[in-house]
Amino acid sequence: MSGRKSIGESIFDATNNVFMFFMILITLYPLLYILFASLSDPVRVMQGNRIIFAPSGFSLDAYKAVFKNPSILSGFKNTIIYVGLGTCINMLLTVFGAFALAKKGLYGRKLFMFIIVFTMFFNGGLIPAYLLIKSLAFTDTLWAIVLPNAISTMNLIIMRTSFHGIPDSISESAKIDGANDIIVLFRLYIPISIPVMAVIILYYAVGHWNSWFAASIYLKRRELFPIQLILREILVLNNTDNMMIGAAVTDAQPIGETLKYATIIIATIPILIVYPFLQKYFVKGMMVGSLKE
Amino acid sequence: MFEFLKKQWMKNKYVYIMLIPVLTYYIVFCYIPMYGVSIAFKSFMPQKGIIGSPWIGLQHFATFFDSYYFLRLIKNTLGINIFWMLVGFPAPIILALLLNEIKSATYKRITQTITYLPHFVSIVVIAGIILQFTSRNGLINEIIAMLGFERIAFMIKPEWFWTVFVTSGVWQNVGWDSIIYLAALSGLSVEMYEAAKIDGANRFRQIIHITLPGISPTIIILLILNLGNLMNVGFEKIILLYNPSIYETADVISSFVYRKGILEANYSYSAAIGLFNSAVNFALLVVSNSISRKASETSLW
Repeated sequence: MSGRKSIGESIFDATNNVFMFFMILITLYPLLYILFASLSDPVRVMQGNRIIFAPSGFSLDAYKAVFKNPSILSGFKNTIIYVGLGTCINMLLTVFGAFALAKKGLYGRKLFMFIIVFTMFFNGGLIPAYLLIKSLAFTDTLWAIVLPNAISTMNLIIMRTSFHGIPDSISESAKIDGANDIIVLFRLYIPISIPVMAVIILYYAVGHWNSWFAASIYLKRRELFPIQLILREILVLNNTDNMMIGAAVTDAQPIGETLKYATIIIATIPILIVYPFLQKYFVKGMMVGSLKE
Repeated sequence: MFEFLKKQWMKNKYVYIMLIPVLTYYIVFCYIPMYGVSIAFKSFMPQKGIIGSPWIGLQHFATFFDSYYFLRLIKNTLGINIFWMLVGFPAPIILALLLNEIKSATYKRITQTITYLPHFVSIVVIAGIILQFTSRNGLINEIIAMLGFERIAFMIKPEWFWTVFVTSGVWQNVGWDSIIYLAALSGLSVEMYEAAKIDGANRFRQIIHITLPGISPTIIILLILNLGNLMNVGFEKIILLYNPSIYETADVISSFVYRKGILEANYSYSAAIGLFNSAVNFALLVVSNSISRKASETSLW
């Protein structure tokens, strides 16, 4: 293989590398800006959002205000509950469904498959779903948050494809040793599929962590609000009135801006820390789900 | 017959038991709402329930089609999506192709990790960032002022909404959307490239003649899925960003259904509009799938 590169190729490579650097910059800068602003002196930030490259007047005031704020704290508590409970329900149902649909020779499999996949292409819409939750009396309870999207059919298909790829010999030899399907699933299939499971858990968990809309239409009591709904109040509805509990009136104004930034950082950091570790599984998960069958 | 079913049950008892909660979920949360959509054809009164409410046939649909906002909603829904298809659909493909050409594996991985990042940020935060940066003294206007231009009030001027919406969408998702193309690219055989190199093709021609055709099945499937969603603009982001002064370009069918149905409790009317939306989407999906099946060999089903 020739090791010579033409001038054109060298220029292309150099430009490409610069382009990627630009992509990194433009992706990171808005987030870095928020990070720096959250660590800055509130008064300076109020004076004008100049373009900054480092915290101007380092200060942890915003973060202190965040942790003193009852709405924000309760928001985090609720989100953690919803993520924990929701993801457990998600994974249990998805694993059951995937295992069943991957079971060769299961009578009725095609029918079940159709029932499940059809929902990907057609659904009743927002209003019937809303009325259903109301009629089940789930409004203003956590069940309205963790049940409606309990199974993501897309995730189910990805997991099913992964289970489908496990050789029958494994479950057969286990059955000969006296295992039933439940043992096969929990002691064999799940451990073998850890990479796919990790990705699916991440998808579900992130989905719960970031969700706000279901909470906005179904929850009335503030003490049930997840953090994203609180964030929506401060970021979008520009309503920092509820947040000012605990701060002196003169402090209120400047704290407002940096408080927003600090809350964004705290609400986003957990995900940003976790996902790079699972990055290598994403591509595998995507390939498994979309390119086969 | 009964013997047969009994034998099946005995053979796969636990699997069927596993299916019980799964199917219950689908029936309760997916199929019952599908039945509930029938309120679109009725004048729904909560006290009377679905069965008790009077049937009015297609009247809601007629009202909708005749309304002054009908064309506006269609225009915005289609317009935003077509704008997206023109900008947001090719962008991840181009990114994937360029990333594929990066020689250093470490640099490639670092770029990927960083560009995936915004996808995991919640839409509430994204909306917050957008509103903050496009404000009078926000980052974007600071840069504009520095360059000597006049500041723009982005979020109250209707003409800017589509640009802000699509651009921020690309920023958030181009990295993540490129994964699937990168996965397809990694599946292409090296021998074809070698053969092309021997025949004298430079990298650019290799991309045109080997890479693009190689990932075209993936591109086509995603194109079909996108076309099937043409009448479907995700309302979460719209609702977070819009305000009455930009309804004329920001209000889409789904956000209208939200306002009319959830906020104003006009249930059957908004259900009818929602049904109209789903039906059109489904039809588009079927059409684009059959076109693709005839034109190439790739299709969803």
